[in-house]
Amino acid sequence: MSALSSGSASVRRVRAGRRTGVGVTRPGIVWAVPATVFFLLFALLPLVLVAVLSFTSWDGVGSPAFNGLDNWTKLLHDPVMTQSIWLTLVLTAAGVLVQTPVSILLGVWAAGHQRNRAVLSAVFFVPLLLSATAISVVWRAVLDPNFGVPSQLPWLFGDGNLMGSRSGAIAVLTFVGMWQWTPMHALLYQGGARAIPQVLYQAAAIDGAGKVRQFLHITLPQLRNTMITSVILMLVGGLTTFDTVLILTQGGPGTDTTNSAYYMYQQAFKSFDFGSGSAIALVLVVVATLISLAVVRLSGYDRMRSTSEGL
Amino acid sequence: MRRRPNYLAGLGSLVWLVLVGFPLYVLLISTFRTRSSYSSEGPLSFPEHLTLQNYFDDFSNGFGQDFLNTLIVTVSVVAIVLLVVPPLAYAIVRARGRTISTVFRVFLLGLAIPAQAVIVPMFYVISKAGLYDRLIGVILPTAAFCLPVCTLVLTGAMRDITNELYEAMAMDGASPWRVFWQLVVPLSRGGLSSVVVFSALQAWNGFLFPLILTQSESTKVITLGLYNFQTEHGVDVPGLLSAVVLSMLPIFIVYLFARRALVQGLMGVGGK
Repeated sequence: MSALSSGSASVRRVRAGRRTGVGVTRPGIVWAVPATVFFLLFALLPLVLVAVLSFTSWDGVGSPAFNGLDNWTKLLHDPVMTQSIWLTLVLTAAGVLVQTPVSILLGVWAAGHQRNRAVLSAVFFVPLLLSATAISVVWRAVLDPNFGVPSQLPWLFGDGNLMGSRSGAIAVLTFVGMWQWTPMHALLYQGGARAIPQVLYQAAAIDGAGKVRQFLHITLPQLRNTMITSVILMLVGGLTTFDTVLILTQGGPGTDTTNSAYYMYQQAFKSFDFGSGSAIALVLVVVATLISLAVVRLSGYDRMRSTSEGL
Repeated sequence: MRRRPNYLAGLGSLVWLVLVGFPLYVLLISTFRTRSSYSSEGPLSFPEHLTLQNYFDDFSNGFGQDFLNTLIVTVSVVAIVLLVVPPLAYAIVRARGRTISTVFRVFLLGLAIPAQAVIVPMFYVISKAGLYDRLIGVILPTAAFCLPVCTLVLTGAMRDITNELYEAMAMDGASPWRVFWQLVVPLSRGGLSSVVVFSALQAWNGFLFPLILTQSESTKVITLGLYNFQTEHGVDVPGLLSAVVLSMLPIFIVYLFARRALVQGLMGVGGK
């Protein structure tokens, strides 16, 4: 009896994080409180509120008033909403399809032993340092049909007004997205490629497999986990593309590049219909959450950390 | 046996170099032109007369104020993150029980929340709290949205500290406080610098929160300044681009001197 009670007392002492002599000192839950409270207030509370606000009408000044499913039925019959969802899907898919091969090639190259690698990769990663705003502003100036580069290189750009057509504007957004995000994903692939055991390549070389076959049969399959993580990050990023749309195309021509994130901004902060804006936002939240639940499931974060050596 | 260079990927990397270098060339060269030479000579040619006037103009257009505001936001965000994340990560790695693993899962889920998706309620919360159009109203949400990634990176770093070291500290009768300061913090320096890099970059480059949560000249940050500049004086491209160069200058200087640490930090972060 006494042994039992003294045992539970020492357990209690360990849990409380006091000196135990033999056990290991552990911090109490108190250590997590400041960050958690802060995060609840400024990230999770808004997340709950977005759901509430989607059932209200609010002009941003007075108080929100409940209006049931009005916002949702309105959006259901809104052609721009339907179009924006399609466009979001198109932009996201295009982003993944363009960025993945480029970043794999770059990452695999950067993982090698080239002599000029250090110098070149200093330039490669510059887009990582720029804000989306700066990137969009620069590309808008570069691609301006009257004073930009297209006016000087007609053989390459035709009449030069790239952002004047639906397909052109989508192509520009995809291209700028690639420019912005490829270095990030190339870094992931560089880490992944570094982690592939050299033995595999040596064995393949002995079997007479050439560079291309080695790439297809060893490198690509070995990068599978990195690819999952990278593609999921691209999906979430693609769904929420906003800054580039706002600055490069303003959703135009017409509503041709109005994706969901931009439409949400427009509804809320330009038309002062914060209820509809919240409803669109909620759709984004749900989709993004589903995707990132998959991130945590399929994970790869620990792997990414452990492959970061030797940069 | 060393791997031989991969020529295909090498070629691709050269293409990428052109793709990255080209707009940077246009960017830099344009900032040394006058407005009239930009429209007459075009953005590609080397300007006949170089001028620094654009940079001086930026400062008389209030760039100094924008710069100061951005600096305040960045330093504050990094300070908040450094204040709350290390204790949290320490608790996640070392505390026992169901509560702490729930907390960790909440932060993992937080990785998923895009800032765009909560911007409407954020506007509501910040307005109701009386923080609209004040820098603190930008600082708090920016810091909050840095927390999930920073927590993930730092717990990763702290997990690498071996159990033997904790046991040795316990033998000495160290309190959690002492373990934290004398063992955990010094040994997770790498993770801490990643966290600083990430949160500083997020804060410095942040656009959405300032766009929605501020409106005055006195609270304008650099990214917002660029955006306003473009919508208001869109034709003054050299002026605009010189402001872009000024906005990236501090980060670029850090990059030149600490490229390895910066890239490693970004890599540890692994996401947006």
